[in-house]
Amino acid sequence: MNGAQRIPILKVGRVLVVPVQVDMDDQTVIGLQERILSELERTGARGVLIDISLLEMVDSFIGRMLSDIAAMARVMDARTVVVGIQPAVAITLVELGLELRGVDTVLNVDEGIKLLRDEFGADDDERDEEEAELQGEWHSFGEPRHQA
Amino acid sequence: MESRAIRLESEHDIVVARGEVRAMAVALGFGLIDQTRLATVASELARNIIKYAGRGRVIAQAAEHADGRTGMRLIFEDSGGGIPNIEAAMRDGFSTGRGLGQGLPGSRRLAHEFQIESSPARGTRVTVVRWR
Repeated sequence: MNGAQRIPILKVGRVLVVPVQVDMDDQTVIGLQERILSELERTGARGVLIDISLLEMVDSFIGRMLSDIAAMARVMDARTVVVGIQPAVAITLVELGLELRGVDTVLNVDEGIKLLRDEFGADDDERDEEEAELQGEWHSFGEPRHQA
Repeated sequence: MESRAIRLESEHDIVVARGEVRAMAVALGFGLIDQTRLATVASELARNIIKYAGRGRVIAQAAEHADGRTGMRLIFEDSGGGIPNIEAAMRDGFSTGRGLGQGLPGSRRLAHEFQIESSPARGTRVTVVRWR
């Protein structure tokens, strides 16, 4: 399966935005990790924002991928935030014993962008552009999804 | 209520297993958090089978408690080489592979009942139950 190619990596200002919208098999997870790192190198982005608000489950494999991306991105001088963890997923992660070591988690995309922007400092040239694009296209990913 | 067997033969079957287990949890009337717990257990233990035994299966079935509660039972079976040291494998952070060592101890915490039988001759069977 060529699943990794279906997860987009969008460069918004100096941030790579990764909306994960499908349940990923292990190869897709590994492929995504590699693509994020090569995009970091290619674009010189300073932040990685991974939106998992549509993920209904994070097991130890996906959890480790998130920790690994954060650690590798840090080595490449970029910071990683994971946004939109569903409450049921958060409860299960803690019970499972996963800490998501080194990963900053925030509630939604807006908070994630704010956090990354604080990290880069206020004089980001692309700030206005980021704002416009995020409000327009990606705002909806920050909304928590509910399921009966 | 039904009982289903899901074959575990490739990495993709891990995704299939957790999807089917969640669907069955929904059908059995579990709430969202329990659905997530059961899907996560399915993912962890199915991956163990793929990683350590190569292949096996999970049987998902409705369960009934003596006190009238209903629930779901998952039986993970393989005929691999067994787990050499179950006591160590049940400890947090212990892994002989590349895992985080959260699979078995984490799954035990996500379930109400957890039973593991393993021998080099017969392979491994892990049975978990979550009550509603």
